Amino acid sequence: MSNEHTAGPHSVGRRLIDLVPHIVLIVGVLIFAFPIYVTLIGSTWDAATIGRGSLPMTPGGEAWTNYSQAWSESHGERASYTPVRLMLMNSLIMALSIAVGKIAISILSAYAVAFFRFPLRMVFFWMIFITLMLPVEVRIIPTYKVVADLGMIDSYAGLAIPLIASATATLLFRQFFLTIPDELVEAAKIDGAGPLRFFFDILLPLSKTNIAALFVILFIYGWNQYLWPLLVTNSADMETIVIGITKMIGTGEAANDWNLIMATTVMAMLPPVAVVVFMQRWFIKGLVDSEK
Amino acid sequence: MATVEIKNVRKSYGPVEAIKGIDIAIQDGEFLVLLGPSGCGKSTLLRMVAGLESITGGQVVIGGRVVNDLEPKDRDIAMVFQNYALYPHMSVFDNMAYGLKIRGVDKAEIESRVAKAAEILELGRFLTRRPSQLSGGQRQRVAMGRAIVREPAAFLFDEPLSNLDAKLRTQMRIEIKRLQDRLGITSLYVTHDQVEAMTLADRVLVMNHGVAEQIGTPLEVYQRPASLFVAGFIGSPPMNVLDAVIDPSGQGVMMPGGALLPLARPRPNDANRPVKLGIRPEHLAINEDGLDTSPVLVELVEALGADTVVYGRLPDGEPLLIRMSGLPSCTEGDRLAVAPQPGALHLFDTATGRRLED
Ligand SMILES: Nc1ncnc2c1ncn2[C@@H]1O[C@H](COP(=O)(O)OP(=O)(O)OP(=O)(O)O)[C@@H](O)[C@H]1O
Ligand SMILES: [Mg+2]
Repeated sequence: MSNEHTAGPHSVGRRLIDLVPHIVLIVGVLIFAFPIYVTLIGSTWDAATIGRGSLPMTPGGEAWTNYSQAWSESHGERASYTPVRLMLMNSLIMALSIAVGKIAISILSAYAVAFFRFPLRMVFFWMIFITLMLPVEVRIIPTYKVVADLGMIDSYAGLAIPLIASATATLLFRQFFLTIPDELVEAAKIDGAGPLRFFFDILLPLSKTNIAALFVILFIYGWNQYLWPLLVTNSADMETIVIGITKMIGTGEAANDWNLIMATTVMAMLPPVAVVVFMQRWFIKGLVDSEK
Repeated sequence: MATVEIKNVRKSYGPVEAIKGIDIAIQDGEFLVLLGPSGCGKSTLLRMVAGLESITGGQVVIGGRVVNDLEPKDRDIAMVFQNYALYPHMSVFDNMAYGLKIRGVDKAEIESRVAKAAEILELGRFLTRRPSQLSGGQRQRVAMGRAIVREPAAFLFDEPLSNLDAKLRTQMRIEIKRLQDRLGITSLYVTHDQVEAMTLADRVLVMNHGVAEQIGTPLEVYQRPASLFVAGFIGSPPMNVLDAVIDPSGQGVMMPGGALLPLARPRPNDANRPVKLGIRPEHLAINEDGLDTSPVLVELVEALGADTVVYGRLPDGEPLLIRMSGLPSCTEGDRLAVAPQPGALHLFDTATGRRLED
């Protein structure tokens, strides 16, 4: 950008200074992109080629075989796995439930805390706030016990529900709600909107941008969950993709089906990328017709 | 359309009493302006009528119904806010239609009412726009449209023009006046701008510290201010207030410098009584007929074009404002003999500040 703005008769030294940030950025992108490139290339070669330890830097011809095998079959040449098809579905259900559930619960609790006067309001607010200090990992044993006693092991409910409560999202929504002018609330009251109508007709549409941003963050948070799904799923049918990939690599005894692992990994990356790309349009739209 | 009665209404915030018992009956179709300085409780009173603030004591009656315990939506009122309070995500049409939709008015009726309001307010071209795509004046018109389409018993306005620039404010003031003449809906209008009050009101309620200082037509409030507060608040520049004494015969008032001003109506019962004497700057004129007046030392002359304001000082050091029409006829350092126009004297009790009626 700055190049165009400062274009004109200026010295070579100045031009070099302009170039440096670009070079740094490009190098940075390369460093981040390289492993992904290797994965992509790896998923197009057969296991033997990768196994020799000298992966070519150009695409091979085995892409279709690798992807279709990983997608639907439950065994490679050296070990057996859960098909990606199943694991993707499990991950998708879990991540979506967590994202949607977290947003629904936190927007409602933020609504209560920000707009209603009720006894012990601040007590509840601080209780929510304090749970910030108790992430999943800290409360994992008691949570496991509760979930097990409720018979939710190996179920989607068991995967998603314990991760749904979210203090962060509640606080973010509350902060946003506090910026909504009192007069707007009062105008709605005079127009005859009760609490529910106000929520659905006014608050929800106004929170669109916030919801979209949170959805992206929470979907990826849910997608990347490792420890909790590892504990709470036993059957191979309930495996999430993150667990699946680790298990594929994990054993160390047999040589790995690297071609399948690479293909699986590529497919595991696609849903979060899709969510980011799709939701980005939403918050850019929100930013562009930003309205006060 | 309806009457609005405010009966001995009070409001306390904890130990603080913000409204100390206000009584007024607003006629059907009347335009009442609540006027007063910042913090005097105008908004609080209006919001109690709207139902946005609980009523500590007394009654609010709209259209013959006590509304103390009714929700805002059940009071049959519409309100226009200072910052417009439009729904940012809705089009102009939807902003106006929202209240009707909630009330279950049918679609054709909504469309015809919104179309009518849009026509009155000249908003027809903007119906599909968002509030963010409108100017301040247009937004305020949408806010008024939202009130009009409801066809309420009463309009409540809380400083609706304060966010607009001076020129637009004048223009919108005239529009509100026209609207009121056309629709004839009972209105309560809060402002701290006396020009708005004088031009819009059928009656003005002048408030100070939570009490009604005076209720009257704009002219009454100007010509016969009921207290020193009203006298000082209405009129610009403000009224001169001097310490004076009724002369022993009760025929005139003695100014501090010793000059005697004749009273329109003698007050023999008040002979020798100390009073506060109020004289509006525009009722002082340079004395040409040789009457017995004090010389005023001119300290500053402000030429406003159409008017000239002279900041003067009486012999005993009291400041005195004089407003004359036309260009200045004196300069700093001059000594002027000024005298009030006949019948332009206001007398107030020194202790209570209330007007001494004649
Ligand atoms: N929620 C509250 N708690 C305590 N005191 C309040 C509250 N709301 C208003 N007050 C007080 O009540 C008085 C009247 O306030 P109000 O808002 O009615 O003034 P106003 O006349 O509308 O002033 P302005 O012209 O500045 O809007 C003020 O002294 C204010 O401090
Ligand atoms: Mg106010």
